[in-house]
Amino acid sequence: MTLQTAMESAIKSGEKAFVPYIMAGDGGLSILRETILRLQHLGVTAIEVGIPFTDPVADGPTIEKAGERALANGVNLRNVLAALKEFAHEVKIPLVAMTYLNPILAYGAAAFAQDAYEAGIRGLIVPDMPLEESSIIHTELSEKEISLIQLVSLTSPTERIAKLAAASEGFIYAVTVNGITGARSVFSNDLAPHFANLKSYSALPVLAGFGISTPEQVEAFGSFSDGVIVGSKIVDALAHNDWETIESLVKASKHAEVN
Amino acid sequence: MKATEKRGYFGEFGGSSVPSDLQNVLDILEENFYRYKDDEEFNRELNYYFEEYVGRKSPLYFAENLTKQCGGAKIYLKREDLNHTGSHKINNVLGQILLAKRMGAKRVIAETGAGQHGVATATVCAMFGIDCTIYMGAEDTKRQSLNVFRMELLGAKVVAVEKGQGRLKDAVDEAFADLVKNYEHTFYLLGSAVGPHPFPSMVKHFQSVISKESKKQHLAKEGKLPAAVLACVGGGSNAIGAFAEYIDEHNVRLIDVEPDQAPTLTEGRPGNLHGFRCIVLQDEEGTPLPTYSIAAGLDYPGVGPEHSYLKTSGRAEYVTVTNEEVLEGFQTLSKVEGIIPALESAHAVAYALTLAPALSAEDSIIVNISGRGDKDVEQVFAMLKK
Repeated sequence: MTLQTAMESAIKSGEKAFVPYIMAGDGGLSILRETILRLQHLGVTAIEVGIPFTDPVADGPTIEKAGERALANGVNLRNVLAALKEFAHEVKIPLVAMTYLNPILAYGAAAFAQDAYEAGIRGLIVPDMPLEESSIIHTELSEKEISLIQLVSLTSPTERIAKLAAASEGFIYAVTVNGITGARSVFSNDLAPHFANLKSYSALPVLAGFGISTPEQVEAFGSFSDGVIVGSKIVDALAHNDWETIESLVKASKHAEVN
Repeated sequence: MKATEKRGYFGEFGGSSVPSDLQNVLDILEENFYRYKDDEEFNRELNYYFEEYVGRKSPLYFAENLTKQCGGAKIYLKREDLNHTGSHKINNVLGQILLAKRMGAKRVIAETGAGQHGVATATVCAMFGIDCTIYMGAEDTKRQSLNVFRMELLGAKVVAVEKGQGRLKDAVDEAFADLVKNYEHTFYLLGSAVGPHPFPSMVKHFQSVISKESKKQHLAKEGKLPAAVLACVGGGSNAIGAFAEYIDEHNVRLIDVEPDQAPTLTEGRPGNLHGFRCIVLQDEEGTPLPTYSIAAGLDYPGVGPEHSYLKTSGRAEYVTVTNEEVLEGFQTLSKVEGIIPALESAHAVAYALTLAPALSAEDSIIVNISGRGDKDVEQVFAMLKK
């Protein structure tokens, strides 16, 4: 199932998409299988799998710390893909990898696309790869039906928003607060028109990311987006083995108001 | 998007690979830089501060004693160490602060390795009354505690960055994170010739005053161009400034000297780091490698995109020196010429001691003394005691 199909079928069933972010290798690669299968069991739509990197310019403090713990465990792009591949047959939902550009360049575009595909990766986010540079890897990804997802910042000039939204694949990752990832308590009130605006550029589902941390926020975002991506809060909960929090977040997406 | 115009590219290097939010900030910065860089009023103000505040132009000093001791080419020293705040960093900082002022920035942030750029930034922020925060690796704050105090004395807030190795790279990470969060009122005053476009071009523009002066000075003294220009390279700001006017003069050798403990250009390969493409010292998986230079200002696993291009195109030469050679250069220049260079600059001095004897007495070379060594005296004292 392609990423877009998975998103759309979740939305068609009257729910909102829910995509948790996990940092691969935080707590060791040995727990990766259990974490992913348990999230799948909770009914998440897809899972964003973060690959730790030494210079994560787009990550907030919680995810950066998790990345440092993972790096200390010797985790890198290559061994994450190898670990995922071992239990790929058990994973029925699409995985979305988030990694920085340099490890992919070092891997080689074709080899990366092949190994990522075998690992169950169906979408890719490269925060430091601008759209204009995506030809470095786009053909290789397309051959494996891996969607290259664009982050669209709502504070961008209209022209840029239109361009990114039109180029995105799988879904549109709307950045809802300025800047880097992290749990925030306050959101701008005027987000809804921005989401409506995004919808006018693309038929893809639009997911809201960066800073969503409570079931109330999950529901609130559901009223004007197609679903949410929750990062820091999930990473924090996983680090404390707090599945109750994770469950409450996933549940909120199931009864988010459908417009 | 400006990248399609290939502005900010040096061959395959440079460009801007950053998250979308940051790109918006960079687009605004680029627009302002190109708007003001050749503006008459802007340059009049910049030159005023260069002369009255920095004390430019800096001398091109004929190091007669050192030349005699080495035998061979005449050694000229471009004395950026005599600038206000003690290094070349002030050149770029003044240019960028005047830009920040015109852009209405309320707050300036900067990264620093050895502390020279931090001190220079804190200095101009004090003069212009702008709120200033400096990010510095925790390890570097220990190595350069006096510079931390200096910055605080100048009214800056110094944030010790504990993450990673606690060095320059980590300070750059934190500064970018701050910018992304606070870009609406904050100006990131980047000190080295690295980072996404337009930073490398901007830093080169403001630092090229070094070679603009040295070329005239050398022509006046020798009636010809130098055989070689030597500079130390970490990120590469003093080197690109010292080289700029000679890049098209193909008879002038351009020599970048780097520490053998941080041999980015000699052992690295193309990659993407901190939002731009350059030669990166990295492992097979694309992870930047740790560096261990005795000179905090050279402790960086990347290098400016133009240096990356000058290397791959073969225009510039890249050599490494050992810590022992650096200490030798540091002491020799102190004893023979009465000039204590920064440990960073001592790298260039060290290679000059090898190069000059190999050249003819008809030739002359310029060694860029990017900074003064006061900040390093305590560290060198400790190293020599061992």
